[in-house]
Amino acid sequence: MTSTSIIDQLKRNKIVELLEQGKRIDGRAFDEPRTISIETGVIPKANGSARVRLGDTEVVVGVKIQPDKPFPDMGDKGIFICTAEILPLAHPSVETGPPNEDVIELARVVDRGIRESGMIDLSKLVLEKDKSVIGVFTDNSIIDHDGNLFDACSYASTAAILSCKIPKWEIKDGVPVLVEGEESDPPITTIPASVTMARIGEHIIVDPNADEWACMDARITITTNSDGNICALQKGGSQGFSVEQLVKCSEIAVTIGVKIREIIKNSTKGS
Amino acid sequence: MGGKESDVVLLDEKGIRCDGRTVNQTRKVTIKAGVLKNADGSAYIEFGDNKIIAGVFGPRDVHPKHLANTDTGIIRCRYHMSPFSVTERKHPAPSRREIEIGKVLKEALKPALILDKFPRTVVDVFLEVLQADGGSRCAALAAASVALADAGIPMRDMVSACAAGKVADTIILDVNNEEDQAGQADMPVGYMPNLEKVTLFQLDGVLTPDEYKKCLETAIIGCKQVYEIQKKAIKDKFFGDGENQ
Repeated sequence: MTSTSIIDQLKRNKIVELLEQGKRIDGRAFDEPRTISIETGVIPKANGSARVRLGDTEVVVGVKIQPDKPFPDMGDKGIFICTAEILPLAHPSVETGPPNEDVIELARVVDRGIRESGMIDLSKLVLEKDKSVIGVFTDNSIIDHDGNLFDACSYASTAAILSCKIPKWEIKDGVPVLVEGEESDPPITTIPASVTMARIGEHIIVDPNADEWACMDARITITTNSDGNICALQKGGSQGFSVEQLVKCSEIAVTIGVKIREIIKNSTKGS
Repeated sequence: MGGKESDVVLLDEKGIRCDGRTVNQTRKVTIKAGVLKNADGSAYIEFGDNKIIAGVFGPRDVHPKHLANTDTGIIRCRYHMSPFSVTERKHPAPSRREIEIGKVLKEALKPALILDKFPRTVVDVFLEVLQADGGSRCAALAAASVALADAGIPMRDMVSACAAGKVADTIILDVNNEEDQAGQADMPVGYMPNLEKVTLFQLDGVLTPDEYKKCLETAIIGCKQVYEIQKKAIKDKFFGDGENQ
């Protein structure tokens, strides 16, 4: 993501200088996310899908729904799995191969936000207790990388899940058999909205772009649910936060989360 | 959070938890510094039923070389659970969870380390969970800090760690395994007590904004208690038992 450290230092100086004047490098307010555009139903072969642009970061996500065996200790719950891959066409610095720790963290943070919010009522996705359940597999493909993949993938996954239709299966002779032509809406209980913030110096900024990302001291992703409660968070980056900063971040996440949730809701209306 | 149905009474009417603790009480924590011969620094921690060993090597040459930074030393961190550390045997290969924890622990330790005096080198931190209970990442972080201090790596502060959480609608300090499985929220926190900075911070589970503040404050109280035990471990190693007197 970074080119050379010399350019990064110059960029960093400029970004910090602007922040001191209350400005950001791309002209946004500190608590202003980039423009979010969400299009659902872009992959008809998937049960749910979305293409999301967050500024110049772009993600395509598909939801595949299929019967599976439950986890051994969770026989009364369906399965939810969320993955992410940064495709090599997304950025010159991306290399093919097994996922590195950044990508694993990305997928797990997106997964945690949706899972811990209880967005999908997994207890409604059981075909036969302890034997057969419905799995919701949410796979994020990042196709253009301009920073803050956490929120882009999170909004894309949430929109794709909201827009998905669940096929019907019936258990015959112990195996699930697809019932053609019947499908239902997913059992949604709440809409999670993640807000990722970077700390650069003593400034907290929402939705850092790639340049801001490259020179931040620390970051935090906070996911809130429809009730305005906090349901998941992850701190990252090579420095820390003070308690006051963390309280401020939670307040920003709640406020901005309300707006994000409206955008996600409106994008999936009528689908 | 699992939010699983359970027969365990997590909090009784007297405010006593399933393992007999009060809401503001940590489990028993013991730390011993300098437990390995070959490592440059090491520590062993027992945090409740967690048993974790930390070994530190470095600053030393970086392999592969392309990871080396000409401006500063770097830190790597591997968090690994032994196959026998949990009830069901864990596959020995590193899981995605372990890789993520290694990453967040690395980022939790990094703010405390002064590595710019050691360009082109690496400090490797290896954490082996021999037995896991709830809160193993906090225990591992506390042990790692002591091992780094034991290795003589220049540090700005110790990183101490403790989790807080929510069970039975109550904020509690230091979440154990049962409370993690059946409780409502788990918030692991890593904290530099002198610099007053939070360097590890995660949350699973739902909290209102007020509970979030209380949970964070509660975890920091736990961190400060763990810090005293970390200091004692270092003092015991270098000044205790009649050595160096």
